[in-house]
Amino acid sequence: MHDKTIARIRHGLASGEFSSREICEHLLSRIDQLNPSCNAFISVSSELALQHADDADKRRAAGADSPLLGVPIAHKDIFCTNGVRTSCGSRMLENFVPPYNATVVDKLSQAGVVCLGKTNMDEFAMGSSNENSYFGNVVNPWGSNRVPGGSSGGSAAAVAARMVPGCTGTDTGGSIRQPASFCGITGIKPTYGRVSRYGMIAFASSLDQGGPMAATAEDCALLLQEMAGFDEKDSTSIDRPVDDYCGSLNDALDGLKVGLPKQYFTEGLDNNIAASLQASIAELEKMGASFVEVDLPNQHLSVPAYYVVAPAECSSNLSRFDGVRYGYRCDNPADLEDLYKRSRGEGFGREVKRRILIGTYVLSAGYFDAYYLKAQKIRNLISEDFTSAFKEVDMILGPTTPTPAFKIGENSADPVSMYLNDIYTIPANLAGLPGISVPCGLVDDLPVGMQLVGNYFTEARLLNVAHRFQQVTDWHLKSPAK
Amino acid sequence: MAVDEDTVRAMAHLARVQIDPDRVAGYATEMSNVLALAEQMEEVDTSDVEPMAHPTHAVQRLRDDVVLEGNEREQFQEIAPETNDGYYLVPQVIE
Amino acid sequence: MQWETVIGLEIHAQLATDSKIFSSSSTQFGSAPNTQANAVDLGMPGVLPVLNREAVNMAVKFALATNARIGKRNVFARKNYFYPDLPKGYQISQMALPIVGEGEVEIELEDDVKKTVGITRAHLEEDAGKSVHDLFHGQTGVDLNRAGTPLLEIVSEPDMRSAKEAVAYARKIHSLVRYIEICDGNMQEGSFRCDANVSVRVSGSEKLGTRAEIKNLNSFRFLERAINFEVERQIDIIEGGGEVVQETRLYDADRDETRSMRSKEEANDYRYFPDPDLLPVEIEDSLIEALRGQLPELPDQRCARFISEHKLPAYDAGVLTADKATADYFEAVLKQSGAPAKIVSSWVTGELFSRLNKDGLELTASPVDEHRFSGLLARIHDNTISGKIGKDILDKMWASEDEADHIIDKEGLRQISDSSELEKMIDDVIAANPSQLAEYRGGKEKLLSYFVGQVMKASRGKANPGQLNQLLKDKLKG
Repeated sequence: MHDKTIARIRHGLASGEFSSREICEHLLSRIDQLNPSCNAFISVSSELALQHADDADKRRAAGADSPLLGVPIAHKDIFCTNGVRTSCGSRMLENFVPPYNATVVDKLSQAGVVCLGKTNMDEFAMGSSNENSYFGNVVNPWGSNRVPGGSSGGSAAAVAARMVPGCTGTDTGGSIRQPASFCGITGIKPTYGRVSRYGMIAFASSLDQGGPMAATAEDCALLLQEMAGFDEKDSTSIDRPVDDYCGSLNDALDGLKVGLPKQYFTEGLDNNIAASLQASIAELEKMGASFVEVDLPNQHLSVPAYYVVAPAECSSNLSRFDGVRYGYRCDNPADLEDLYKRSRGEGFGREVKRRILIGTYVLSAGYFDAYYLKAQKIRNLISEDFTSAFKEVDMILGPTTPTPAFKIGENSADPVSMYLNDIYTIPANLAGLPGISVPCGLVDDLPVGMQLVGNYFTEARLLNVAHRFQQVTDWHLKSPAK
Repeated sequence: MAVDEDTVRAMAHLARVQIDPDRVAGYATEMSNVLALAEQMEEVDTSDVEPMAHPTHAVQRLRDDVVLEGNEREQFQEIAPETNDGYYLVPQVIE
Repeated sequence: MQWETVIGLEIHAQLATDSKIFSSSSTQFGSAPNTQANAVDLGMPGVLPVLNREAVNMAVKFALATNARIGKRNVFARKNYFYPDLPKGYQISQMALPIVGEGEVEIELEDDVKKTVGITRAHLEEDAGKSVHDLFHGQTGVDLNRAGTPLLEIVSEPDMRSAKEAVAYARKIHSLVRYIEICDGNMQEGSFRCDANVSVRVSGSEKLGTRAEIKNLNSFRFLERAINFEVERQIDIIEGGGEVVQETRLYDADRDETRSMRSKEEANDYRYFPDPDLLPVEIEDSLIEALRGQLPELPDQRCARFISEHKLPAYDAGVLTADKATADYFEAVLKQSGAPAKIVSSWVTGELFSRLNKDGLELTASPVDEHRFSGLLARIHDNTISGKIGKDILDKMWASEDEADHIIDKEGLRQISDSSELEKMIDDVIAANPSQLAEYRGGKEKLLSYFVGQVMKASRGKANPGQLNQLLKDKLKG
């Protein structure tokens, strides 16, 4: 029952094979059983979920239908959910119950989903291992000593362990794609501006983008179809029609031109991952795709630029958490300054504080030009590299991560080595391009992902290629779940 | 740029975050390492490059000047740490 | 030693939009605390700003009214600092690329001397909320109703050389923003706030002295007094061998002095950077032209026209055009009453204004509207009543809804211009005052006014004064 994809669940619900209540009850009991060891969920809202499942069943019985009516999912705990605690993985928001919904939450609700709970994440989405959650780290279902990736590690682990068929995630520097890769699932970061950021707690506003995470590309298409779209409440949302992601899944790949950045296939990449990618390339070639080498000369400066831009924006975005209007407030503040410093000092974890300090530094007088402005210029160069490449090719293929899931604690002592994990995913965020991670092999019994990055608003094509790849491979069907 | 402990304290003050005194040295090292990473950018001459603040090239959309919201005080103050008579309260600020 | 004062002003004009600059909450003044603060105004997690079209239009109108360069591509930036009435921990403002660039206004000084004051820039930003320090024991209350109200911060060049010039400039900006209807100009409610940057230097010196920024100047009178105090203070310091410190000072109207704001002394590093939640604003030429078409005749043009078209003295024209409502009222009365411009001008700026002042009313709230006022002046103009009776009638109109004609008829106040009727009254008065007549005829011509007074009294003020004078002189001669 739990091994069903969203596409399969839709079919089962529509044919009356099972009810929404049945599938939700089944998954909730599975969460009960698995979550204590996996810690993929921060909150499980069983009662509310079953109520919504019953509503969905009643509506269906009454002849109603909506694209995802009665389909169980979970939201990353970064999306505000009206009346349901939204912690963002932080002590700061441990008891924060927003009186409003994120646009993504509203849109998926309108499509009929039933939300089972809120998934674990690195605090304020800052991290690549889910070790930075106030609610404890998430364990990768593929190995009890492995991280699930981050920051959407809870979402990735929940899908991998088949506790829920699909989740929302957010991706600022790889936070959908990297955990998808580490957990053997599919995840897509759409073009910046394709999915509304309203009600999605901001980490770095010019990089953040919400997207779906699920076992298959088809399920991602089903979710993204409902999540995407213009939102007048988000000034950076793009007013342009949403493509038919599901309708083009089976399009042929004949004539598809794929670029292989020479900078991606170098010594930093695990040999076994490189081999998996070569095998994947061969599969795609069989279906009519052709491959050429492309040059992304400023690629290696992505991580340096990102670790200036993202902390700068986060230092400002997180200033609103001051203990005055909501969220954590320290005990017995002596004065206003004490209120601010202790509420923020006690409410934020170490990585968040570190990034706030760095961001404050790179924006401060005397350092602004050397760091922040420089990073914005480098960002432009990285973006131009892609623009040039997309004159030659339709999309770019490479690894999602340099290695499979690393061990818990392995990188936590050195922030820089942790940051370098995002080397392949960050460029798409800096340029605002869509990227998808697709399971493409197992290395040492751990899943690894292939990343496809497309030009602006080519989500449909990325999902199409991923789907066709999944028609001839079965990496996405492999699960550690018993 | 190597960050010293005074700089860590100055940034912590500017950002209004309390830092455990015995963690200051650790932050100084970590910040220095991250800034060293950032300094790799110096290898590229960017004097003719425009800074890029947004990944999209769109321009700001404008909202019509219409009032849509009424009084929502109760629901917002229900989740506030301390309020009285409709005001949010903080320790006395001396002007 | 001769000292020269150098003053630049920063004026915050609250834009008269219905909703806030980045949210759809109301901007109305005076509501219960925090009842006009939505999720965006409160800086709740995940919420985002969307820019109000009208705020942009208003800023562009200001640029057009001051011949300023328009920032056709302008950018919002975040100014980062912590304060309880600043919910997000940053203020959305504009830094490197403001919506309004260099412009200028002409101010009028004494003796018709004119001076041009440069405008450095004007930018859009959001207002903060209000902190209330005296309502709760040991605690400060925060009301965020005002948070997010659109402001246009208008920064002048340091072109002013005296408190009087600074006031003239502030009044000019005040007049302009009201003319183009982008700000209600209400200084008591804080809709129009001035900060003054004041420094002194030795006359003839090119180098600017160290300046102090004076805040909290919520009336033109305080602006003038605060600058004068500050200039004296700085000269005293320098002459005493000291040095002026660059700082923010608060004007205390009760003590008529400025004092240092220690709480703001700490050097702030605002870490401005482009707001990633907002995209660059582009102002199309077509919008600029459309807004230019919506601009009313501006005070300078209107003043010049009043002088040439209505033949008014420059002073009258200046007073009448300083405020758009006054100029509109004047022109409506001029047209409807048919009375000469000079008469209408003196009645509007004299009788009407003094009554409004007494009742503390704005012209827009005048109990006597332009239509009724015109009815009164028409009767004065056609000699139905005298000016003196007119003032009494105006008092009666002030307290009622009646038209002037109705009061004149009801109370029989029509002026007596019938010669025979007047002659009879004059004869009676002369007959009753034989000794005064003898004195008059003996050369004491000052007594004419005594006889005028007596006849007026007998006519209950209704005698046509011109006619009476003439007839009386003839009769007194004998």
